[in-house]
Amino acid sequence: MEDIKLIKGNEAVALGAIRGGCDGYFGYPITPQSEVLETLMELRPWETTGMVVLQAESEVASINMVYGGAACGKRVMTSSSSPGVSLMTEGISYLAGAELPCLIVNVQRGGPGLGTIQPSQSDYFQAVKGGGHGDYHMIVLAPASVQEMYDHVFDGFDLAFRYRVPVMMLADGIIGQMMEKVVMTRQRPRWTAEEIAEMSDSWATTGKHSGRERNVATSLELDSQVMEQRNERLQARYRQIEEREVRFEEHGMDDAEYVMVAFGSSARIASETMEMARRDGMKVGLLRPVTLWPFPSKRIAELAAAGVKGILVPELNAGQMVEDVRLAVQGGSDKKIPVWHYGRLGGMVYSPDDIYSELKRRSDECAG
Amino acid sequence: MKETVIIAGFGGQGVLSMGKILAYAGVMQGMEVSWMPAYGPEMRGGTANVTVIMGDRPVSSPIAHEFDSAVILNQQSMDKFEPMVRAGGVLIYDTNGITRHPVRTDIEVWAMDATGEAARRGMTRMFNTMVLGGFLTVRPVVSSESVVEGLRRSLPERAQKSIPANEEAMRAGAEMIERVV
Repeated sequence: MEDIKLIKGNEAVALGAIRGGCDGYFGYPITPQSEVLETLMELRPWETTGMVVLQAESEVASINMVYGGAACGKRVMTSSSSPGVSLMTEGISYLAGAELPCLIVNVQRGGPGLGTIQPSQSDYFQAVKGGGHGDYHMIVLAPASVQEMYDHVFDGFDLAFRYRVPVMMLADGIIGQMMEKVVMTRQRPRWTAEEIAEMSDSWATTGKHSGRERNVATSLELDSQVMEQRNERLQARYRQIEEREVRFEEHGMDDAEYVMVAFGSSARIASETMEMARRDGMKVGLLRPVTLWPFPSKRIAELAAAGVKGILVPELNAGQMVEDVRLAVQGGSDKKIPVWHYGRLGGMVYSPDDIYSELKRRSDECAG
Repeated sequence: MKETVIIAGFGGQGVLSMGKILAYAGVMQGMEVSWMPAYGPEMRGGTANVTVIMGDRPVSSPIAHEFDSAVILNQQSMDKFEPMVRAGGVLIYDTNGITRHPVRTDIEVWAMDATGEAARRGMTRMFNTMVLGGFLTVRPVVSSESVVEGLRRSLPERAQKSIPANEEAMRAGAEMIERVV
Protein backbone atom coordinates (compact mmCIF):
# COMPACT_ATOMS: atom_id res chain seq x y z
CA MET A 1 0.00 0.00 0.00
CA GLU A 2 1.12 3.54 -0.70
CA ASP A 3 2.74 5.35 2.19
CA ILE A 4 0.47 8.41 2.54
CA LYS A 5 0.73 10.98 5.30
CA LEU A 6 -1.46 13.96 6.21
CA ILE A 7 1.13 16.57 7.16
CA LYS A 8 1.99 20.27 7.05
CA GLY A 9 4.15 21.67 4.27
CA ASN A 10 6.92 22.37 6.76
CA GLU A 11 6.81 18.80 8.01
CA ALA A 12 6.96 17.61 4.41
CA VAL A 13 10.23 19.54 3.93
CA ALA A 14 11.70 17.77 6.98
CA LEU A 15 10.56 14.36 5.77
CA GLY A 16 11.76 15.11 2.25
CA ALA A 17 15.17 15.96 3.67
CA ILE A 18 15.45 12.68 5.55
CA ARG A 19 14.05 10.50 2.75
CA GLY A 20 16.01 12.41 0.15
CA GLY A 21 19.33 11.40 1.69
CA CYS A 22 20.22 14.83 3.06
CA ASP A 23 23.47 14.83 5.05
CA GLY A 24 22.92 17.91 7.17
CA TYR A 25 20.34 20.53 8.10
CA PHE A 26 21.41 23.73 9.83
CA GLY A 27 18.76 26.23 10.83
CA TYR A 28 17.34 28.70 13.28
CA PRO A 29 13.64 28.88 14.25
CA ILE A 30 11.33 31.51 12.79
CA THR A 31 7.58 31.58 12.17
CA PRO A 32 6.04 30.35 9.89
CA GLN A 33 8.62 27.63 9.20
CA SER A 34 9.71 26.47 12.65
CA GLU A 35 8.12 23.04 12.15
CA VAL A 36 10.93 22.13 9.74
CA LEU A 37 13.52 22.14 12.52
CA GLU A 38 11.02 20.89 15.12
CA THR A 39 10.05 17.90 13.00
CA LEU A 40 13.66 17.02 12.28
CA MET A 41 14.50 17.20 15.99
CA GLU A 42 11.52 14.99 16.80
CA LEU A 43 12.34 12.39 14.14
CA ARG A 44 16.02 12.18 15.19
CA PRO A 45 17.36 11.15 11.77
CA TRP A 46 20.92 11.06 13.17
CA GLU A 47 19.90 7.74 14.70
CA THR A 48 18.65 6.27 11.41
CA THR A 49 20.20 7.75 8.25
CA GLY A 50 23.01 9.52 10.08
CA MET A 51 21.78 12.96 8.95
CA VAL A 52 23.05 15.83 11.09
CA VAL A 53 20.41 18.25 12.43
CA LEU A 54 21.73 21.32 14.15
CA GLN A 55 20.09 24.43 15.55
CA ALA A 56 22.71 27.07 14.94
CA GLU A 57 23.05 30.27 16.95
CA SER A 58 21.74 32.39 14.08
CA GLU A 59 20.79 32.40 10.43
CA VAL A 60 24.25 33.74 9.56
CA ALA A 61 25.84 30.77 11.28
CA SER A 62 23.38 28.37 9.60
CA ILE A 63 24.20 29.45 6.07
CA ASN A 64 27.93 29.32 6.75
CA MET A 65 27.57 25.79 8.13
CA VAL A 66 25.79 25.00 4.87
CA TYR A 67 28.81 26.44 3.05
CA GLY A 68 31.12 24.12 4.99
CA GLY A 69 29.02 21.04 4.37
CA ALA A 70 28.54 21.86 0.70
CA ALA A 71 32.28 22.36 0.24
CA CYS A 72 32.73 18.76 1.41
CA GLY A 73 30.39 17.55 -1.35
CA LYS A 74 27.55 16.77 1.06
CA ARG A 75 23.82 17.27 0.54
CA VAL A 76 23.16 20.09 2.99
CA MET A 77 20.33 22.53 3.51
CA THR A 78 18.78 25.23 5.64
CA SER A 79 15.36 26.81 5.93
CA SER A 80 14.05 30.09 7.23
CA SER A 81 11.46 32.78 6.61
CA SER A 82 11.90 36.17 5.00
CA PRO A 83 13.84 38.19 7.65
CA GLY A 84 16.03 35.15 8.32
CA VAL A 85 16.72 34.69 4.62
CA SER A 86 17.78 38.33 4.39
CA LEU A 87 20.40 37.56 7.03
CA MET A 88 21.59 34.63 4.92
CA THR A 89 21.99 36.48 1.63
CA GLU A 90 25.67 37.26 2.08
CA GLY A 91 26.32 33.56 2.60
CA ILE A 92 24.18 32.67 -0.41
CA SER A 93 26.26 34.99 -2.60
CA TYR A 94 29.42 33.28 -1.30
CA LEU A 95 27.95 29.85 -2.04
CA ALA A 96 27.11 30.95 -5.59
CA GLY A 97 30.59 32.46 -6.00
CA ALA A 98 32.31 29.33 -4.75
CA GLU A 99 30.07 27.20 -7.01
CA LEU A 100 28.68 25.13 -4.18
CA PRO A 101 25.45 23.11 -4.32
CA CYS A 102 22.91 23.44 -1.51
CA LEU A 103 19.22 23.83 -0.77
CA ILE A 104 17.67 26.86 0.94
CA VAL A 105 13.98 26.90 1.83
CA ASN A 106 12.21 30.25 2.30
CA VAL A 107 8.72 29.99 3.81
CA GLN A 108 7.87 33.61 3.13
CA ARG A 109 6.08 36.00 5.47
CA GLY A 110 5.05 39.61 4.96
CA GLY A 111 7.70 42.32 5.06
CA PRO A 112 9.59 44.60 4.85
CA GLY A 113 11.61 44.33 8.04
CA LEU A 114 10.27 42.01 10.70
CA GLY A 115 6.91 42.61 9.08
CA THR A 116 4.27 40.04 9.96
CA ILE A 117 4.18 36.29 10.39
CA GLN A 118 1.34 35.90 7.90
CA PRO A 119 1.95 34.54 4.37
CA SER A 120 3.36 36.65 1.56
CA GLN A 121 5.19 36.31 -1.74
CA SER A 122 7.15 39.50 -1.46
CA ASP A 123 10.60 37.91 -1.61
CA TYR A 124 10.27 37.05 -5.31
CA PHE A 125 12.77 39.73 -6.37
CA GLN A 126 15.17 38.68 -3.64
CA ALA A 127 15.02 35.06 -4.77
CA VAL A 128 15.17 35.43 -8.55
CA LYS A 129 17.13 38.65 -9.02
CA GLY A 130 19.92 37.93 -6.60
CA GLY A 131 19.34 39.18 -3.08
CA GLY A 132 23.01 39.02 -2.35
CA HIS A 133 25.70 40.91 -4.28
CA GLY A 134 27.34 39.96 -7.55
CA ASP A 135 26.13 38.49 -10.83
CA TYR A 136 24.64 35.22 -9.69
CA HIS A 137 21.49 33.16 -9.89
CA MET A 138 19.91 30.47 -7.81
CA ILE A 139 17.54 27.97 -9.33
CA VAL A 140 14.25 28.88 -7.66
CA LEU A 141 11.47 26.30 -7.23
CA ALA A 142 7.97 27.42 -6.22
CA PRO A 143 6.08 24.59 -4.49
CA ALA A 144 2.29 24.92 -4.68
CA SER A 145 1.27 21.93 -2.59
CA VAL A 146 2.43 19.96 0.42
CA GLN A 147 3.39 17.15 -1.96
CA GLU A 148 5.71 19.55 -3.77
CA MET A 149 7.20 20.69 -0.45
CA TYR A 150 8.33 17.06 -0.20
CA ASP A 151 9.22 16.44 -3.86
CA HIS A 152 11.09 19.70 -4.39
CA VAL A 153 13.61 18.73 -1.73
CA PHE A 154 14.66 15.81 -3.94
CA ASP A 155 14.51 17.92 -7.12
CA GLY A 156 16.34 20.76 -5.42
CA PHE A 157 19.29 18.61 -4.41
CA ASP A 158 19.43 17.00 -7.87
CA LEU A 159 19.50 20.39 -9.59
CA ALA A 160 21.99 21.85 -7.12
CA PHE A 161 24.47 19.06 -7.79
CA ARG A 162 23.86 18.90 -11.54
CA TYR A 163 24.88 22.55 -11.90
CA ARG A 164 26.74 23.25 -8.66
CA VAL A 165 24.50 26.16 -7.76
CA PRO A 166 22.43 27.00 -4.68
CA VAL A 167 18.77 26.09 -5.15
CA MET A 168 15.97 27.86 -3.32
CA MET A 169 12.50 26.57 -2.59
CA LEU A 170 10.34 29.70 -2.41
CA ALA A 171 7.27 28.73 -0.41
CA ASP A 172 5.11 30.83 1.89
CA GLY A 173 3.15 30.61 5.14
CA ILE A 174 0.14 29.08 3.41
CA ILE A 175 2.03 26.18 1.88
CA GLY A 176 4.17 25.78 5.01
CA GLN A 177 1.29 25.69 7.48
CA MET A 178 -1.39 23.82 5.54
CA MET A 179 -1.87 20.07 5.72
CA GLU A 180 -2.47 17.87 2.70
CA LYS A 181 -1.85 14.29 1.72
CA VAL A 182 1.70 13.41 0.77
CA VAL A 183 2.72 10.24 -1.00
CA MET A 184 6.04 9.31 0.55
CA THR A 185 8.77 7.79 -1.55
CA ARG A 186 11.29 5.18 -0.52
CA GLN A 187 14.39 6.17 1.43
CA ARG A 188 17.12 7.45 -0.88
CA PRO A 189 20.43 6.53 0.75
CA ARG A 190 22.93 9.19 1.73
CA TRP A 191 26.04 9.20 -0.39
CA THR A 192 29.01 7.30 0.98
CA ALA A 193 32.39 9.00 1.30
CA GLU A 194 33.58 6.91 -1.67
CA GLU A 195 30.66 8.00 -3.81
CA ILE A 196 31.29 11.65 -2.96
CA ALA A 197 34.99 11.30 -3.71
CA GLU A 198 34.21 9.72 -7.06
CA MET A 199 31.47 12.16 -8.05
CA SER A 200 32.88 15.43 -6.79
CA ASP A 201 36.62 14.87 -6.81
CA SER A 202 37.22 17.84 -9.10
CA TRP A 203 35.92 20.38 -6.59
CA ALA A 204 34.93 18.98 -3.18
CA THR A 205 37.31 19.22 -0.24
CA THR A 206 37.36 15.50 0.41
CA GLY A 207 41.08 15.29 1.12
CA LYS A 208 44.00 15.84 -1.23
CA HIS A 209 45.47 12.83 -2.97
CA SER A 210 48.42 12.48 -5.29
CA GLY A 211 46.26 12.60 -8.41
CA ARG A 212 45.33 16.30 -8.17
CA GLU A 213 46.01 19.71 -6.62
CA ARG A 214 44.21 20.87 -3.48
CA ASN A 215 40.54 21.71 -3.91
CA VAL A 216 39.77 25.09 -2.41
CA ALA A 217 36.18 26.25 -1.91
CA THR A 218 36.36 30.01 -2.16
CA SER A 219 34.62 32.86 -3.90
CA LEU A 220 37.72 35.11 -3.62
CA GLU A 221 39.86 35.79 -6.69
CA LEU A 222 42.00 38.93 -6.63
CA ASP A 223 43.11 38.65 -10.25
CA SER A 224 40.31 40.35 -12.16
CA GLN A 225 41.07 38.55 -15.37
CA VAL A 226 40.63 35.20 -13.65
CA MET A 227 37.55 36.55 -11.87
CA GLU A 228 36.05 37.56 -15.18
CA GLN A 229 36.64 34.04 -16.50
CA ARG A 230 34.98 32.61 -13.43
CA ASN A 231 31.98 34.89 -13.99
CA GLU A 232 31.82 33.85 -17.65
CA ARG A 233 31.85 30.21 -16.62
CA LEU A 234 28.96 30.90 -14.23
CA GLN A 235 27.04 32.80 -16.90
CA ALA A 236 27.51 29.97 -19.40
CA ARG A 237 26.10 27.57 -16.83
CA TYR A 238 23.14 29.89 -16.19
CA ARG A 239 22.38 29.95 -19.94
CA GLN A 240 22.48 26.14 -19.89
CA ILE A 241 20.04 26.09 -16.97
CA GLU A 242 17.73 28.51 -18.79
CA GLU A 243 17.86 26.24 -21.80
CA ARG A 244 17.13 22.98 -19.97
CA GLU A 245 15.40 23.47 -16.67
CA VAL A 246 12.37 25.70 -17.19
CA ARG A 247 9.40 24.01 -15.54
CA PHE A 248 5.78 25.07 -15.56
CA GLU A 249 2.25 23.70 -15.52
CA GLU A 250 -0.72 24.97 -17.45
CA HIS A 251 -4.46 24.44 -17.43
CA GLY A 252 -7.25 25.47 -19.76
CA MET A 253 -4.85 26.97 -22.28
CA ASP A 254 -6.38 25.41 -25.45
CA ASP A 255 -9.10 28.01 -25.86
CA ALA A 256 -7.99 30.63 -23.31
CA GLU A 257 -8.78 34.27 -24.11
CA TYR A 258 -7.44 35.48 -20.79
CA VAL A 259 -4.53 33.94 -18.92
CA MET A 260 -3.52 34.10 -15.29
CA VAL A 261 0.12 33.57 -14.38
CA ALA A 262 0.57 32.70 -10.71
CA PHE A 263 3.03 30.78 -8.56
CA GLY A 264 2.90 28.86 -5.28
CA SER A 265 -0.12 29.47 -3.05
CA SER A 266 -1.45 32.12 -5.45
CA ALA A 267 -1.62 29.51 -8.20
CA ARG A 268 -3.80 27.35 -5.96
CA ILE A 269 -6.17 30.24 -5.24
CA ALA A 270 -6.18 31.27 -8.91
CA SER A 271 -6.96 27.72 -10.03
CA GLU A 272 -10.27 28.02 -8.21
CA THR A 273 -10.82 31.42 -9.83
CA MET A 274 -10.31 29.68 -13.17
CA GLU A 275 -12.95 27.05 -12.31
CA MET A 276 -15.40 29.80 -11.32
CA ALA A 277 -14.75 31.76 -14.51
CA ARG A 278 -15.13 28.68 -16.69
CA ARG A 279 -18.47 27.84 -15.03
CA ASP A 280 -19.59 31.31 -16.13
CA GLY A 281 -18.41 30.63 -19.68
CA MET A 282 -15.33 32.85 -19.52
CA LYS A 283 -12.36 31.29 -21.31
CA VAL A 284 -9.56 31.55 -18.79
CA GLY A 285 -6.29 29.65 -18.57
CA LEU A 286 -3.70 29.36 -15.82
CA LEU A 287 0.05 29.11 -16.18
CA ARG A 288 1.94 28.17 -13.03
CA PRO A 289 5.71 28.61 -13.17
CA VAL A 290 7.27 25.79 -11.15
CA THR A 291 10.70 27.31 -11.64
CA LEU A 292 10.74 31.07 -11.03
CA TRP A 293 14.31 31.16 -12.24
CA PRO A 294 14.70 30.04 -14.94
CA PHE A 295 11.39 31.67 -15.86
CA PRO A 296 8.98 30.29 -18.52
CA SER A 297 9.39 33.44 -20.64
CA LYS A 298 9.25 31.62 -23.97
CA ARG A 299 5.93 30.01 -23.21
CA ILE A 300 4.44 33.31 -22.06
CA ALA A 301 5.66 34.98 -25.26
CA GLU A 302 4.02 32.20 -27.29
CA LEU A 303 0.73 32.75 -25.51
CA ALA A 304 0.92 36.48 -26.17
CA ALA A 305 1.72 35.86 -29.83
CA ALA A 306 -1.12 33.35 -30.11
CA GLY A 307 -3.68 36.06 -29.45
CA VAL A 308 -4.45 35.96 -25.74
CA LYS A 309 -6.31 39.18 -24.92
CA GLY A 310 -4.72 39.90 -21.56
CA ILE A 311 -2.70 38.40 -18.74
CA LEU A 312 -3.52 38.82 -15.05
CA VAL A 313 -0.73 38.17 -12.54
CA PRO A 314 -2.08 37.66 -9.03
CA GLU A 315 0.70 37.53 -6.45
CA LEU A 316 0.87 38.29 -2.74
CA ASN A 317 3.10 41.33 -3.21
CA ALA A 318 3.07 44.78 -4.79
CA GLY A 319 4.00 43.55 -8.29
CA GLN A 320 7.19 41.54 -8.69
CA MET A 321 6.75 38.51 -10.96
CA VAL A 322 4.53 40.70 -13.14
CA GLU A 323 7.73 42.42 -14.31
CA ASP A 324 9.09 39.15 -15.68
CA VAL A 325 5.77 38.43 -17.36
CA ARG A 326 5.87 41.90 -19.00
CA LEU A 327 9.46 41.34 -20.12
CA ALA A 328 8.46 38.00 -21.62
CA VAL A 329 5.53 39.54 -23.49
CA GLN A 330 7.44 42.58 -24.74
CA GLY A 331 10.59 40.66 -25.59
CA GLY A 332 9.00 37.73 -27.34
CA SER A 333 5.96 39.01 -29.18
CA ASP A 334 5.07 41.83 -31.57
CA LYS A 335 1.56 41.92 -30.20
CA LYS A 336 0.95 44.40 -27.42
CA ILE A 337 -1.30 42.82 -24.88
CA PRO A 338 -2.08 44.19 -21.43
CA VAL A 339 -0.43 42.57 -18.41
CA TRP A 340 -2.15 43.41 -15.12
CA HIS A 341 -1.01 42.89 -11.58
CA TYR A 342 -3.31 42.08 -8.68
CA GLY A 343 -1.98 41.76 -5.14
CA ARG A 344 -2.52 41.90 -1.42
CA LEU A 345 0.23 43.06 0.89
CA GLY A 346 1.72 42.53 4.31
CA GLY A 347 0.28 39.10 5.03
CA MET A 348 -3.26 39.63 3.72
CA VAL A 349 -4.48 36.92 1.35
CA TYR A 350 -7.04 37.23 -1.45
CA SER A 351 -9.82 34.73 -2.07
CA PRO A 352 -10.67 33.09 -5.41
CA ASP A 353 -13.61 35.57 -5.64
CA ASP A 354 -11.32 38.56 -5.15
CA ILE A 355 -9.16 37.49 -8.08
CA TYR A 356 -12.25 36.77 -10.15
CA SER A 357 -13.66 40.26 -9.53
CA GLU A 358 -10.37 41.75 -10.68
CA LEU A 359 -10.27 39.50 -13.75
CA LYS A 360 -13.80 40.54 -14.73
CA ARG A 361 -13.04 44.23 -14.16
CA ARG A 362 -9.96 44.00 -16.38
CA SER A 363 -11.61 41.97 -19.12
CA ASP A 364 -14.57 44.40 -19.16
CA GLU A 365 -12.09 47.27 -19.60
CA CYS A 366 -10.54 45.37 -22.48
CA ALA A 367 -13.89 44.72 -24.14
CA GLY A 368 -15.14 48.25 -23.49
CA MET B 1 -18.71 16.25 -3.96
CA LYS B 2 -16.88 19.03 -2.13
CA GLU B 3 -17.37 20.37 1.39
CA THR B 4 -15.70 23.53 2.68
CA VAL B 5 -15.86 23.67 6.47
CA ILE B 6 -14.73 26.40 8.88
CA ILE B 7 -14.21 25.37 12.49
CA ALA B 8 -13.70 28.36 14.78
CA GLY B 9 -13.46 29.03 18.50
CA PHE B 10 -10.93 29.79 21.24
CA GLY B 11 -7.40 28.49 21.28
CA GLY B 12 -7.45 25.43 23.55
CA GLN B 13 -10.90 24.15 22.57
CA GLY B 14 -9.37 21.63 20.20
CA VAL B 15 -10.40 23.51 17.08
CA LEU B 16 -7.31 22.65 15.06
CA SER B 17 -7.25 19.02 16.16
CA MET B 18 -10.94 18.63 15.40
CA GLY B 19 -10.16 19.81 11.89
CA LYS B 20 -7.28 17.39 11.70
CA ILE B 21 -9.42 14.45 12.82
CA LEU B 22 -12.01 15.38 10.20
CA ALA B 23 -9.37 15.71 7.47
CA TYR B 24 -7.72 12.46 8.51
CA ALA B 25 -11.08 10.65 8.34
CA GLY B 26 -11.41 12.00 4.79
CA VAL B 27 -8.01 10.57 3.91
CA MET B 28 -9.15 7.21 5.33
CA GLN B 29 -12.00 7.29 2.83
CA GLY B 30 -9.71 8.11 -0.06
CA MET B 31 -10.83 11.75 -0.28
CA GLU B 32 -8.72 14.74 -1.26
CA VAL B 33 -8.35 17.13 1.67
CA SER B 34 -6.72 20.37 2.75
CA TRP B 35 -6.40 21.75 6.29
CA MET B 36 -5.51 25.43 6.53
CA PRO B 37 -5.19 26.99 9.99
CA ALA B 38 -5.19 30.64 10.92
CA TYR B 39 -1.78 30.51 12.54
CA GLY B 40 0.21 32.84 14.73
CA PRO B 41 -0.78 35.34 17.39
CA GLU B 42 -4.45 34.74 16.65
CA MET B 43 -4.05 31.46 18.51
CA ARG B 44 -2.66 32.81 21.77
CA GLY B 45 -5.69 33.15 24.02
CA GLY B 46 -7.59 34.63 21.14
CA THR B 47 -9.57 32.93 18.44
CA ALA B 48 -8.40 29.89 16.52
CA ASN B 49 -9.85 28.65 13.28
CA VAL B 50 -9.17 26.14 10.58
CA THR B 51 -10.58 25.63 7.10
CA VAL B 52 -10.99 22.01 6.07
CA ILE B 53 -11.86 21.28 2.45
CA MET B 54 -12.66 17.74 1.40
CA GLY B 55 -13.95 16.19 -1.77
CA ASP B 56 -13.42 13.69 -4.53
CA ARG B 57 -11.22 16.00 -6.62
CA PRO B 58 -7.90 17.61 -5.67
CA VAL B 59 -8.52 20.78 -3.66
CA SER B 60 -7.75 23.86 -5.73
CA SER B 61 -7.72 26.78 -3.29
CA PRO B 62 -7.08 25.95 0.37
CA ILE B 63 -8.21 29.52 1.12
CA ALA B 64 -11.96 30.09 1.17
CA HIS B 65 -14.08 33.08 2.09
CA GLU B 66 -17.39 31.20 1.74
CA PHE B 67 -18.24 28.00 3.56
CA ASP B 68 -20.67 25.11 3.08
CA SER B 69 -20.68 24.57 6.81
CA ALA B 70 -19.44 26.38 9.89
CA VAL B 71 -18.76 24.97 13.35
CA ILE B 72 -18.80 27.94 15.73
CA LEU B 73 -17.53 27.67 19.28
CA ASN B 74 -17.41 31.26 20.56
CA GLN B 75 -19.02 34.66 20.05
CA GLN B 76 -16.20 36.29 18.08
CA SER B 77 -16.28 33.42 15.62
CA MET B 78 -20.07 33.71 15.34
CA ASP B 79 -19.74 37.40 14.50
CA LYS B 80 -17.00 36.75 11.97
CA PHE B 81 -18.19 33.60 10.21
CA GLU B 82 -22.00 33.62 10.30
CA PRO B 83 -22.09 36.00 7.30
CA MET B 84 -19.62 33.79 5.42
CA VAL B 85 -21.80 30.66 5.27
CA ARG B 86 -23.22 30.25 1.79
CA ALA B 87 -27.00 30.45 1.37
CA GLY B 88 -28.39 26.96 1.94
CA GLY B 89 -25.35 26.02 4.03
CA VAL B 90 -25.19 24.85 7.61
CA LEU B 91 -24.12 26.56 10.85
CA ILE B 92 -23.56 24.50 13.97
CA TYR B 93 -22.75 26.16 17.27
CA ASP B 94 -22.03 25.43 20.87
CA THR B 95 -24.39 27.56 22.97
CA ASN B 96 -21.90 28.16 25.77
CA GLY B 97 -20.93 31.83 25.97
CA ILE B 98 -23.04 32.80 22.97
CA THR B 99 -24.85 36.05 23.71
CA ARG B 100 -25.95 36.85 20.17
CA HIS B 101 -27.52 33.87 18.48
CA PRO B 102 -27.44 33.45 14.71
CA VAL B 103 -29.87 35.60 12.75
CA ARG B 104 -29.60 34.12 9.25
CA THR B 105 -32.75 32.43 7.96
CA ASP B 106 -31.33 31.29 4.61
CA ILE B 107 -29.12 28.66 6.23
CA GLU B 108 -29.72 25.66 8.47
CA VAL B 109 -28.80 26.40 12.09
CA TRP B 110 -28.12 23.64 14.61
CA ALA B 111 -27.17 24.07 18.27
CA MET B 112 -25.68 21.93 21.02
CA ASP B 113 -24.47 22.42 24.58
CA ALA B 114 -21.33 20.34 24.21
CA THR B 115 -19.45 22.39 26.80
CA GLY B 116 -22.07 21.59 29.45
CA GLU B 117 -22.51 17.95 28.46
CA ALA B 118 -18.76 17.30 28.33
CA ALA B 119 -18.44 18.79 31.83
CA ARG B 120 -21.35 16.70 33.17
CA ARG B 121 -19.75 13.54 31.81
CA GLY B 122 -16.34 14.50 33.12
CA MET B 123 -14.90 14.46 29.61
CA THR B 124 -14.05 18.09 28.92
CA ARG B 125 -11.05 16.98 26.89
CA MET B 126 -13.41 15.19 24.49
CA PHE B 127 -15.32 18.43 23.86
CA ASN B 128 -14.09 18.65 20.28
CA THR B 129 -14.99 15.09 19.29
CA MET B 130 -18.41 15.64 20.89
CA VAL B 131 -18.92 18.63 18.61
CA LEU B 132 -17.58 16.56 15.71
CA GLY B 133 -20.20 13.89 16.48
CA GLY B 134 -22.88 16.56 16.22
CA PHE B 135 -21.42 17.96 13.02
CA LEU B 136 -21.27 14.56 11.31
CA THR B 137 -24.91 13.91 12.20
CA VAL B 138 -25.93 17.03 10.33
CA ARG B 139 -23.27 16.80 7.64
CA PRO B 140 -22.22 13.16 7.17
CA VAL B 141 -19.23 13.92 4.94
CA VAL B 142 -17.27 11.04 6.49
CA SER B 143 -18.38 7.98 8.47
CA SER B 144 -17.75 7.74 12.20
CA GLU B 145 -15.82 4.50 11.45
CA SER B 146 -13.39 6.55 9.38
CA VAL B 147 -13.04 9.01 12.24
CA VAL B 148 -12.16 6.21 14.64
CA GLU B 149 -9.75 4.70 12.11
CA GLY B 150 -8.23 8.16 11.63
CA LEU B 151 -7.80 8.53 15.40
CA ARG B 152 -6.18 5.11 15.60
CA ARG B 153 -3.66 6.04 12.97
CA SER B 154 -2.95 9.63 13.98
CA LEU B 155 -2.91 9.51 17.79
CA PRO B 156 0.39 8.72 19.50
CA GLU B 157 0.65 5.45 21.43
CA ARG B 158 -0.01 7.06 24.82
CA ALA B 159 -3.29 8.57 23.61
CA GLN B 160 -4.71 5.42 21.98
CA LYS B 161 -6.55 4.50 25.18
CA SER B 162 -8.72 7.61 24.82
CA ILE B 163 -10.36 6.29 21.64
CA PRO B 164 -13.37 4.58 23.34
CA ALA B 165 -14.08 7.79 25.29
CA ASN B 166 -13.88 9.75 22.05
CA GLU B 167 -16.38 7.36 20.47
CA GLU B 168 -18.70 7.89 23.43
CA ALA B 169 -18.32 11.66 23.07
CA MET B 170 -19.17 11.47 19.38
CA ARG B 171 -22.31 9.47 20.11
CA ALA B 172 -23.32 11.97 22.78
CA GLY B 173 -22.78 14.83 20.35
CA ALA B 174 -24.86 13.09 17.71
CA GLU B 175 -27.75 12.63 20.15
CA MET B 176 -27.67 16.12 21.58
CA ILE B 177 -27.55 18.34 18.50
CA GLU B 178 -30.85 20.07 17.66
CA ARG B 179 -32.05 22.07 14.74
CA VAL B 180 -32.88 25.68 15.55
CA VAL B 181 -33.65 27.14 12.12
